Amino acid sequence: MRPIRWGRVLVAAVPAVFIGYFFLYPVGRILALGLSELGVGSDGVEARLFRIGWFTLWQAALSTILTLLAAAPMTWAVSQYEFRGRKLATALVTVPFVLPTVVVGSAFVALGWRDSIGAILAAHVFFNVAVVVRTVGALWSRLDPNLHDAGRVLGAGEWKVFRTVTLPLLRPAIAAAAAIVFLFTFTSFGVVLILGGFRYATLEVEIYRQAVTLFDLPLAAALAVVQLVGVTSALYAYSRYQERHTTTWTLRSEAERLRPTGRGGILVGASVLGTLLVLAIPVARLVTRSLQPGSYRALFRDDPVVGVPMASTGNSLLYATIAALIAVSIGVMASAVITGRRGRLSRWFDLTLMLPLGTSAVTIGFGFIVALDRPVDLRASFWLVPIAHALVAVPFVVRTMVPTLRSIPAETREAARVLGASPLRVWREIDLPIVSRAALVGSGFAFVVSLGEFGATSFVARPNTATLPVMIFRLLTRPGAGSFAMAMALAVILAALTAVIVLWIDRAQFGEIGAF
Amino acid sequence: MRKTLSVIAMVVIAVACGSEQAERPDRLRLMAHDSFAGSVNEETFAAFTGDTGIEVEMIAAGDAGSMVNQAALSAGNPLADVLFGVDDTFLSRAIEEEIFVEHRSPLLDSLEPGLAPASELVTPISFGDVCLNYDKGWFEETGTEVPTDLDQLRDPAYAGVLTVEHPATSSPGLAFLLATIDQYGEEGWSGFWSDLKSGGVNIAPDWDTAYYGDFVPYGGESSLVVSYASSPPAEVIFASEPVDEAPTGVIEAGCYRQVEYAGVLAGTEYPEAAGELIDFMLSVEFQETIPLTWFVFPANQEAELPPEFVEHTVVPADPARLDSAIIAENRDRWIDEWVALMEG
Repeated sequence: MRPIRWGRVLVAAVPAVFIGYFFLYPVGRILALGLSELGVGSDGVEARLFRIGWFTLWQAALSTILTLLAAAPMTWAVSQYEFRGRKLATALVTVPFVLPTVVVGSAFVALGWRDSIGAILAAHVFFNVAVVVRTVGALWSRLDPNLHDAGRVLGAGEWKVFRTVTLPLLRPAIAAAAAIVFLFTFTSFGVVLILGGFRYATLEVEIYRQAVTLFDLPLAAALAVVQLVGVTSALYAYSRYQERHTTTWTLRSEAERLRPTGRGGILVGASVLGTLLVLAIPVARLVTRSLQPGSYRALFRDDPVVGVPMASTGNSLLYATIAALIAVSIGVMASAVITGRRGRLSRWFDLTLMLPLGTSAVTIGFGFIVALDRPVDLRASFWLVPIAHALVAVPFVVRTMVPTLRSIPAETREAARVLGASPLRVWREIDLPIVSRAALVGSGFAFVVSLGEFGATSFVARPNTATLPVMIFRLLTRPGAGSFAMAMALAVILAALTAVIVLWIDRAQFGEIGAF
Repeated sequence: MRKTLSVIAMVVIAVACGSEQAERPDRLRLMAHDSFAGSVNEETFAAFTGDTGIEVEMIAAGDAGSMVNQAALSAGNPLADVLFGVDDTFLSRAIEEEIFVEHRSPLLDSLEPGLAPASELVTPISFGDVCLNYDKGWFEETGTEVPTDLDQLRDPAYAGVLTVEHPATSSPGLAFLLATIDQYGEEGWSGFWSDLKSGGVNIAPDWDTAYYGDFVPYGGESSLVVSYASSPPAEVIFASEPVDEAPTGVIEAGCYRQVEYAGVLAGTEYPEAAGELIDFMLSVEFQETIPLTWFVFPANQEAELPPEFVEHTVVPADPARLDSAIIAENRDRWIDEWVALMEG
C-alpha cells in the first residue's frame, strides 16, 4: 500500500473545506429552503423566466466578446513592448475595475449614456477591460519569442504568425479571461438597474426583486437555480475547452520585452493612449464633478453624520489585506490540486471554485444567514466580509495561475522527480518560480476585488464598519451639493489608491523571478 | 459517572434559571439598515450606556428590504436583540414572520398624532415624508407657478419636467405611487399616471440617479423630483459653500409619510434590556438628535426640531399614509399594473 501523502491531502482539503463551508453549504441551505415552498408556477412565469434568462445570456456573451476585442490592442502593447510608463498604463487600466457601480453609473448618466442596451454593454466593457489585459497579458509576455521568429523566418506574415502561432498559444489565458468577464456580466446588477431603463432585467436583478422587494423566496430560489445551471454549463464548456487546448511550451523570463520602433512604435502608442483615453472619459467626468471648493478637505473632517470619510480607507485596506491573504492561500493550494492531476474530479473542483463569481449576491448573503449559525455563530461577524470578498477573489487567483502552471512541461517535473526531488521540492523549485508572477497578478486582483466590492456585502449582516464603496454610497444617498462632491472625491481617491497599489504590486520583485 | 450527572444537572439548572431571570447584558446588538447604521457614532448611545452600563453594538444589514428578509430568515435565532428601521411597506411581512416580541414603551403618549401602531410588536421611532422637491431658480427664471396640487402635474408643462423613481426599485418611488393611490383611489390612479406618461414624465431607477442625475441643480433637466421633506435642509447643511437659503423647496401636496419602527427581536436573551433600548430611542434626548443625523423627523412630539428644519422645510399637514396590511396585500399588483402602464 502506498503511504498516504498527508501534505497532499491537506493541500486539497483546505480549499475544499473553504468552498464547501462558505459557499456550497449556505447556498444549498437557502435554495433548499426556498424550493421546498415552491408551488406550481402560474401561467406566464415560464415565459417571463425564459425572456430574462435569454437576455442575461446574450448580453453576457456579447459583453464578453466586446471586452476581448476592446482589450486586445492594449494587451498586445503592454505585454510585448517595453516603453516608458508601461507599468503605469497597466495600473491605470485597472482603475475602472474597482469603481463602484453607483459612481460609474452616475458618470454614464451625466454623459447621457443611459436607458439603452448600448449603455449596458459600454459599461460592461469599461469595467472588465482590465481583466483581459492582465490575465492574457501575464501569459503573452512570457511566450517564447523564438516561436514567433521561427514563423517569420519561414515566411509567414505578422498577421499569419499571430493567427497560427500566437493566438493558439494564448487560448488558455483568453478563455480564462473570457470566463471571468462572462460570469461578471452574467450576474450584472447595478449596471443593468441604473443604465438599462427597466426594459432589461438580468436574472440577478430579478432574484433581488423577487427575494428582497417582493418576498417571493421560492421564485427567487427557482431563479437562482436557473442562474446556477447557466453558470455551471458555461464553466463546464470552458473547462472542456481548456483541457483540449492546453499545450505546453517553453516560457521565457519577463525581461525581454522589445522597445517599439518605427511603425510598431506608433501602433503601440495608439493602442495604449487610445484605450486609456476612452476609459478616461467617465473617470474624467467623475474628477470634474468632485472639484467643488473644499470637497477633498472635507473628506478629512469629522462629518456630523458619517464620521471622517477618509477613515473608511483604513477599513477597506484592512479588509482587502485579509481577503487577499485568504484568497491567495486558498487559490495557490487549489491551483496546485487542479494542475496536479487530470480527470473529472479536478475539473469539477476547479469549476466549483469559480461558481461564487456567477452566483447572485442575494443567494450567498441570505445563505450565510440560514447556514452559518453553528457550530460558531459567524452570522454578523467581522470575518464574514473578508470571507465573502475572498470567495469572489479566489477565481481570479486560480484563473491567473492555472494556465501558467499547465504550461510547464510534464517532463521538467518528471526529470526532477527522477532525480529524487520530493513533490514539495518539485513544486518549490520548478512550479513556484514560474508561477510567482502569476500569483502576484492574482493577489493584486484579489486585493482590488475586495477594495471595490459592494454587491455581496450589502446582503451580509455585518459590524458597522464602512468601507470605501459603502462610504461613497452613504454620501451619495443624502442631498446636498457638498455631499455629492465628497462622494465623487472619495471615488477619485479610491481610483488613485487602486492605481498606486497595483503599481506597487506590479513592481515588487519576487525572489529570483526572471532568473530561470 | 455520578460526577458527570451532577455536572449536567447543575448546567440544566443554571440554564433554566438563566431563562427565568435573564441577567443584565454587557452589550446589546442593534440591527438596522445601512443608512441608520452609517450615521451611528460613539456618542449616539453614550447616554444609554452611561445610564445602564450596556454597550450598543451596531449590525448593518443592507437596505430595509434586505434587513427584514435577514430578520425573517433568522427568526427565533436572531442576529441581534433589537431591530430598527422597518417601515409600513415591510411591516406586515415582519409581523407575519413573527420576528418580534411585544414591548410597550411608557413614552407612547408623547407620540406625534397618528403614529401609534396597531400592535405592541413595534414602536415608532421616526418618520420621513416623501415629497416633491422643486428647484427654486428654475421656477423663478421661467416664471412658472410652483404646483400646489397633484392634479396640476397632469399638465405636460409640469409632467415634462418631473422625475419620479421606479416603484419596484426605489423606496421613495413606491411611496409616491402610494400617495397617488391614496389621493385618486383604486379607480383613478392609473388615469393620473397615464397623463404623466403622455406629459413626458422621466423615470429614474433610484433616488440618487433621480436627484443627482436628473434634477436641475445637478445639471439634469427636471425641475421637479420626488425626494424628501428633509432634502432642502440637507441642501443647506451639506452645501459646498455656506448658503442662507435652500436652493430647493418642498411641495406640500402629494407627500407620503413613511414611519420607521423598532422592535424587540424574538429569541433575544435580554428582552427587558432590549425594551429599555427602544425606550431610550424614543426619549427626547435621543429623538432630538434624529433630524441632523439621519434626516428624518422625531416620532416624539416633545422633541424640538433644529433651526434648519424649522426654516427650510415644512412638515406637511396632511400627508398620505396607507395601512401596512393594505400595502402588503396590493403592492405587487400595483407595481405590476404601474409597470404595464408606464413601460407598455
